[in-house]
Amino acid sequence: MSVDQAEIEKIAQLARIRVAPADITELTDRITGILDLVDQMQAVDTQGVEPLANPLNASQRLREDAVTEADRHAEFQAIAPATEADLYLVPKVID
Amino acid sequence: MTATTLTALSEQLERGELSSVEATRDYLGRIEAHNAALNAIITVTAEQALADAAAADARRAAGEAGPLTGIPLLHKDIFCTNGVRTSCGSRMLDNFLPPYDATVVARLKAAGAVMLGKTNLDEFAMGSSNETSYYGPARNPWDLRRVPGGSSGGSAAAVAAGFAPAATGTDTGGSIRQPAAFCGITGLKPTYGRVSRLGMVAFASSLDQGGPMAATAEDCAMLLQVMAGFDPADSTSAEYEVDDYSGGLAADLSGLKIGLPGEYFGEGLDAGIETALRAALAEYKALGAELVEISLPRTHLAVPAYYVIAPAEASTNLSRFDGVRYGYRCDAPEDLLDLYTRTREEGFGDEVKRRILVGTYALSAGYYDAYYRKAQQIRRLIQQDFLDAFDSVDVIMGPITPHPAWVLGEKTDDPVAMYLEDIYTLGVNLAGLPGMSIPAGFADGLPVGLQLIGPHFSEARLLNIAHRFQLATDWHTRRPTL
Amino acid sequence: MSDGYWETVIGLEVHVQLATDSKIFSGSATAFGASPNSQANAVDLAMPGMLPVLNEKAVRYAVMFGLAIEAEIGRRSVFDRKNYFYPDLPKGYQISQFDHPIVGRGQVQIQLADGSSREIGVTRAHLEEDAGKSLHEDFHGMSGIDLNRAGTPLLEIVSEPELRSAEEAVAYLKTIHSIITYLGISDGNMAEGSMRCDVNISLRPRGEEAFGTRAEIKNVNSFRFVEKAIQVETERQMDILEDGGSVVQETRLYDADRNETRSMRSKEVANDYRYFPEPDLLPVEIDEGYIETLRESLPELPAAKRQRFESEYALGSYDASVLSAERALADYFEAVAACGDAKSAANWVQVELLGALNKSELSMSDCPVPAAELATLIERINDSSISGKIAKQVFDILWSEGGSVDAIIEAKGFKQVSDTGALEAMVAEVIDANPDQVQQYLAADEGKRKKLLGFFVGQIMKASRGQANPKLVNEILAANLDSAS
Repeated sequence: MSVDQAEIEKIAQLARIRVAPADITELTDRITGILDLVDQMQAVDTQGVEPLANPLNASQRLREDAVTEADRHAEFQAIAPATEADLYLVPKVID
Repeated sequence: MTATTLTALSEQLERGELSSVEATRDYLGRIEAHNAALNAIITVTAEQALADAAAADARRAAGEAGPLTGIPLLHKDIFCTNGVRTSCGSRMLDNFLPPYDATVVARLKAAGAVMLGKTNLDEFAMGSSNETSYYGPARNPWDLRRVPGGSSGGSAAAVAAGFAPAATGTDTGGSIRQPAAFCGITGLKPTYGRVSRLGMVAFASSLDQGGPMAATAEDCAMLLQVMAGFDPADSTSAEYEVDDYSGGLAADLSGLKIGLPGEYFGEGLDAGIETALRAALAEYKALGAELVEISLPRTHLAVPAYYVIAPAEASTNLSRFDGVRYGYRCDAPEDLLDLYTRTREEGFGDEVKRRILVGTYALSAGYYDAYYRKAQQIRRLIQQDFLDAFDSVDVIMGPITPHPAWVLGEKTDDPVAMYLEDIYTLGVNLAGLPGMSIPAGFADGLPVGLQLIGPHFSEARLLNIAHRFQLATDWHTRRPTL
Repeated sequence: MSDGYWETVIGLEVHVQLATDSKIFSGSATAFGASPNSQANAVDLAMPGMLPVLNEKAVRYAVMFGLAIEAEIGRRSVFDRKNYFYPDLPKGYQISQFDHPIVGRGQVQIQLADGSSREIGVTRAHLEEDAGKSLHEDFHGMSGIDLNRAGTPLLEIVSEPELRSAEEAVAYLKTIHSIITYLGISDGNMAEGSMRCDVNISLRPRGEEAFGTRAEIKNVNSFRFVEKAIQVETERQMDILEDGGSVVQETRLYDADRNETRSMRSKEVANDYRYFPEPDLLPVEIDEGYIETLRESLPELPAAKRQRFESEYALGSYDASVLSAERALADYFEAVAACGDAKSAANWVQVELLGALNKSELSMSDCPVPAAELATLIERINDSSISGKIAKQVFDILWSEGGSVDAIIEAKGFKQVSDTGALEAMVAEVIDANPDQVQQYLAADEGKRKKLLGFFVGQIMKASRGQANPKLVNEILAANLDSAS
């Protein structure tokens, strides 16, 4: 399946990655190449095959409801790009 | 003289022929001398290593030593290490100092191992050559013009070069086995769920698995004994008893049924590699094994299915890198959207961005069924092929890669060509099986790896099969001259 | 065209915070009001390499809710990632459930003010994690992010589009509220955001099958606002449709200050959530034994309690539904009714007690009057120790000062005078002091006499400061007046 530049731009926006206009053509070509490779799958009849999400046929283990974590915000925020008053700072969020 | 294997070093320490501090100094010296050429290690933690080695020696003196006490080793720079930069080979995490250890790191630390540093890798483990690292490619110690493989290329190159007796790696599509093969060492990718993924930065959650890389199967057994085991903090960790990996190493191989998939020995396999592998298989026959032709008919589908599933999972695993709580943040973002899009444009390299975009595409509305769901269905068929094969054979053997280590830059302009080099290793991850690479000769002067694939949780058996080969051959003792 | 032409179609998505101690996927605390980010651990912050592990109690609470609405329980439910970028969503995806929710189709009965009831379908309920909060105070043109709430377990309850008015929507919400608080799976505190509601509204000509285009009003967080938001949104859509326009499918916000809904105009492209199974979690398998154990441990639910109140205490349906709406209130009522007079208990609880609670803006849990005291109070009326009027004074003292009913009656000298000697004396005094009225009484016919008797009773009650036993006073008066003739 081939994708056009507009689709790549849309996908890049969904993925929140800026793509420089100069790079879009090459990126589109490469992704088209990858999609051509994976499109070999389309020839396979998978009717009725249950998708395999996880290789082990296990089920989820449940954790007891217990508070096991202490307050470590100072430690965590020491590696943050921008904080103030114990909050993480980001450019203004507009609802 | 410091021994060249983990097992021998452990015995030296035990006998008091050498202290951990001496061994650590020895390895640090080699790193100091040769890492500039190999670029196998991103961060060396010399000071801490010497302090830890001294503490290990003290514990030994107090009679509290175990087999790994005072053993220096390296961690792939995708395992989080408390207070020590964990970059994942990415600009995004160039400044990231995790406030915690990965479970693998904590277990090895608790067993007394001494960390020498963090090894180079493809960015977020996405690559088969180590060339996508923000820190530049690691190089193959057998030929510095060539790639060491990837993504655990730094770990493989470092062990081959004698920077450490062992290193940790991770394997999502071959990332332990392929660099082990390219660099002539032994690597084991355990069953999915055997080794905790907690603190191992996720690439593709349903495929990722950590494992040991060392000179020999015996060494890998010692490491895996500590690395493996249930971790309540990882929901995908298996509550399955850990075998005694070292205890069964010497078991006899007579009657062992080895399956040889026709698809692994067909068109596209390098003649030199095939010759080496046939000789290795003859050795197994001499050890009493029986060779059985089998078929894994969906082998050709592993590459397409994998290159949907892995990018899809990666595309969302990497959404957390947004410049808000840790890691890289672009300069002076204009608004929230600019913060996200520029941080991620500047923080990620090209291959990572390509995979995020492919994965985003595969999951997006209108394409989910044709790509992601389809790939997961094919994944089940591929797993079924393996399970059917294990009805009649004990182990499957074949090549790790179609070609030996290539020259740096040779495939960087053609991602698809590079992806196709993973054809023999991807199926193991898709099926969640354990797989190994063991040194099995040379092609054109470059190491060749033999792949061993077993049923789920058959690590002990694989290590036994590998060890018996290593008792009969000396490929695993060959070392490059630096 | 008139209001009668259009039919309002409403579906509600209710997010309920489950009352677990720790988060749904991590061991962080969930307490409300903690200092910023003090309850956000490495998992909640989406630190690299961190992984989710599911909280059993969140699963248990979801199953309990499912059983309470007689829904199918998902024996194998699956968590999915819902992908979008927002600063209060640290992973860049929310762990939710898409195709295989833990609770399937069920239903609830809603009670309307006219005494009728309706069954409303619940499409599904699924588990998911809450997001953090963006604080918009100005930090040099930046917003602050507090991730304490991130990872708090939510049960999202989705109704069928079967509600037809603001009244029904509010009744539905109150029913959900009473179920979750009865079960104890949520504190239901709407002011703290423990129960939040998204409202989907569309209009269609009455009798039409097909739905009109709907608007979604996000995050309406009180019963009153839900009612008002539905009213104004219904009017807005009606105006558009009657002008020949068409409703735009969009997300809107209810602005309580201006009592209007407005579009959340977003410059961003439409979201594509890219749901797929969360690979860090495995399918949740729930076995029959687990379900049965929970089924057996379920408390009596509001609907069953309401019915029991009607039959056991002979209450009317309105009283029964008010008294069963809240578990604490129902328990309180039953404790008061233990006095043996359920009718009075229902009256006292609804009129005096709820009146006082509302006036002081207190909830049942803050009620200062123990049920046992209210029961004693009713007993004292019934055994003629005090009159109903005095009882209200006793109640006021109980409310404001505490203490016990008997002690208050004793201390204040409220006890009714039932001593016939004392009453005889009072009666004689009143007869002596009012000869004209006695003459009128004696001259009057049967009907008039009754009225005049009231005058004498009033005089005696006044003289006794309300403490004379009215029944005895009547008897003695009648005898004495008759003999005066």
